[in-house]
Amino acid sequence: MRSFTLLLMALATVLLLGLGWLLPGWLTFLLTIALAKSLVVLGLLILMRAGLVSFGQGLYYCIGAYCVGIAGHYFDTQNALLLMLLAMIISTLVAAVIGLLLCRYRDIFFAMFSMAFSMILYGVLIKSAAFGSSDGFNVKPPLLFGWSPGGESGPLLAYGLAVVAVMVVCSLLWRYLRSPMGYAGEAVRENEIRVEYLGVSVQRILYTKYIIAAAMAGLGGAITALAAGHIDPDMAYWTTSGEFVFIALMGGTGHVAAPVVGATLFELLRTYASQISPYTWQMILGIALLAIILFLPKGVWSLLERIKKGKTS
Amino acid sequence: MTLLIAMLMDGLIYASWLFVIAAGLTLIYGVMRILNMAHGSFYAIGAYGGASLVGLYLAGGYPVWGSYFVLLAAALLGGLITGLLIERGLLRVMYGRDEVVMILVTYAALLILEDVIKLIWGVDAYFAYQPYTLLGRVKFAGLSFAYYDIALIVVSAAIGFLLWWGLNNTRYGKLLQAVIHDRDTASFLGVNVTRMFTTTFVIGAMLGALAGALTAPGISVMPGIGVEVIILAFAVVVIGGLGSIGGALLGALIVGLSRSAAVHLLPDAELFVIYGVMALVLAFRPQGLFAIASARKI
Amino acid sequence: MSVLLETRALARHFGAVTAATDINVSISAGEIVGVIGSNGAGKTTFINMVTGYLKPSSGDILFKGESIAGKAPRQVMRTGICRSFQVAQLFPELSVLDNVLIAYGMVKQPSLSLFKPLATAANIQQAEALLDEYGIAQYLPEKVLTLPQGVRKLVDIALAMLGEPAVLLLDEPTSGVAIDDKFELMDTVMRAVRRCGAAVLFVEHDMDVITRYSTRLMAFYEGRVLADGPTTEVMNNEQVKEFVTGHHLDIHPQQENIHA
Repeated sequence: MRSFTLLLMALATVLLLGLGWLLPGWLTFLLTIALAKSLVVLGLLILMRAGLVSFGQGLYYCIGAYCVGIAGHYFDTQNALLLMLLAMIISTLVAAVIGLLLCRYRDIFFAMFSMAFSMILYGVLIKSAAFGSSDGFNVKPPLLFGWSPGGESGPLLAYGLAVVAVMVVCSLLWRYLRSPMGYAGEAVRENEIRVEYLGVSVQRILYTKYIIAAAMAGLGGAITALAAGHIDPDMAYWTTSGEFVFIALMGGTGHVAAPVVGATLFELLRTYASQISPYTWQMILGIALLAIILFLPKGVWSLLERIKKGKTS
Repeated sequence: MTLLIAMLMDGLIYASWLFVIAAGLTLIYGVMRILNMAHGSFYAIGAYGGASLVGLYLAGGYPVWGSYFVLLAAALLGGLITGLLIERGLLRVMYGRDEVVMILVTYAALLILEDVIKLIWGVDAYFAYQPYTLLGRVKFAGLSFAYYDIALIVVSAAIGFLLWWGLNNTRYGKLLQAVIHDRDTASFLGVNVTRMFTTTFVIGAMLGALAGALTAPGISVMPGIGVEVIILAFAVVVIGGLGSIGGALLGALIVGLSRSAAVHLLPDAELFVIYGVMALVLAFRPQGLFAIASARKI
Repeated sequence: MSVLLETRALARHFGAVTAATDINVSISAGEIVGVIGSNGAGKTTFINMVTGYLKPSSGDILFKGESIAGKAPRQVMRTGICRSFQVAQLFPELSVLDNVLIAYGMVKQPSLSLFKPLATAANIQQAEALLDEYGIAQYLPEKVLTLPQGVRKLVDIALAMLGEPAVLLLDEPTSGVAIDDKFELMDTVMRAVRRCGAAVLFVEHDMDVITRYSTRLMAFYEGRVLADGPTTEVMNNEQVKEFVTGHHLDIHPQQENIHA
């Protein structure tokens, strides 16, 4: 069973990579961004299953992106793998410090406090002339150990990195959710007191998950930076974090593929809506969010599951 | 010394409109247990409504001193209509859900309202500086202050007093306090909680709109002011304790004064200071400075 | 008989309210101690303090001679004291199987692996075996939410036993359970207890359950221990009859003690 799934995923990866050459440039770009954002949302999935809604994943998304930008600028490196790793490491370190405090809180306070930290970064970046203040700055395109498809196909490297990253993370996450630590998240959400009485620290469980989610968000930010070629402080603004929560709700948290589906739908929706009517695309998002809360509280994924159940019954 | 007075006055001015909007936000949370993300939109509607109506009013050739009433009317009307629409049209349908889900519902309302504002008023900036400049300025301790800003402090204090008096000395206010402390018991005792929700939300909306209308003459009213303001209002309300008006006052003062200190001493740290203070308060008093107690679980 | 659990002058105040004062208790290996007292007398507060959920205002708690006062519940659990709850503390939206798997994993391997799967065939078998002991294996696939009260209580107690405690504290194990099922539940629990050899302290309101299962009885009243000794003695104590059981109204227990 396991090796079959692996084979399937490998095939899917190759397929998606190949698709990159066939699809028009704007679509591969959209997919790259969607995949990068889905990494952030996958981290949110871990937190939400443990009962925490973070309105501040933008913090790590931004940190990851700025790591890439700063390292590229000041250390003149375009090595994509190195930059992605750096983004994850720095995000992990920051989360290790912030998590010590943040993971003592729950519900609204966790949400607001996480938002506060991301806004603190925003406030710092907005006023940092060294990092381009509110304009941000440009990021050099990625290189895979000095190689890039070059020219028109340049963006395909970022696309490829995004596809592989998401595939790897999804497989690891799939396994993680079936591990004792994965189940522990559900346990904490359901009954913290019980967990403590079973001899395990709730704080430690949430802290671990927070750090993992941060690392994933940092990776997402790094890939976004490499793909978009530009970073700015808006990545840490609370509305960016709000977007991630929106996507998590839209896709659902029931399966590792859900955030990927959700992010893709969101990017498609956003692109079309803002082209069709720039003054009402936010309204469309708002209405969509309400519709999801009312009719599909478990996200679009639950719809797919219902269809699947319908087929087998 | 001049610096100190400048910091103090700027801090108080900033705190005064912050208090008005935060009071509305905390009142809504206290009674309805909803953290209203759309509160910034009430502020924006008050600002846009006030600025545009004052513009129309003055273009009609009417005396400038009447513009204050126009501002007030715009705020109260804007808050009333929007508040009613949102509470009756949206929140009613969603009641009973998880607190965090309600935040998302109000976030959706925020998204919708932001575009509604753009549709009604467009994306250009509005200016309605006449009410601000009419009152002139005063020189004090080597600094120049606008009478309007000083009046703002007085008006906010008056609103604060009215709220306090209303909550503690009227029958309705006491019922409101009962609902804040224990909604279920209040409803068992016959309080019409549903009607109270509507009233509270509308009062909260009007306070938000009022803060916007009062601030409008001193700023350029542009898209996005609502979104900027909501974060500040959150910081104030969380510092003061969700549901406490006294807390909103204290929180507004703390945020206003610390921001003012940052602006005068270390301008780059302005935003950092505000959220830094919030993070600091939460680190030591996770429920905020004046919070409502909670019961035993096992 | 070695003393396992001991409290010395244990007290707890909540502002002006005295929930417990001057509690001196000692539990030795093999004892089965009943605890009675009206609501608010301090029984649950006592259990909460011993298991670390509440910090005592003053006094000490010793387990096997070492002080454990002020330790967190998870530390107390690891030393060998486990408890069940008045309202069963389970994971409501999860299945009974998941509840047991999670509990089993946490108790046996607190380091919580991030990669090894939890729901292995071996672990599932263990879960089945555990619930079989309590006669409720058929409920494994059900969501805890849907379970009848008695089954929930049994699962709660089963989870408490996972820690193989030296001392087991049961907070109203039969409350909310239908009268006809109370003895069956207690019989099941006592069988499991005898198998692992734990000393038991159980809080109860049902006098029939108390007289049937406990060899020793403690009566709480307004935060103090009013009487502590062999069950029949305490039941006949005048003060206990007056303030706790109401037996001064001349109603005599009908139950036979299972240990007699």
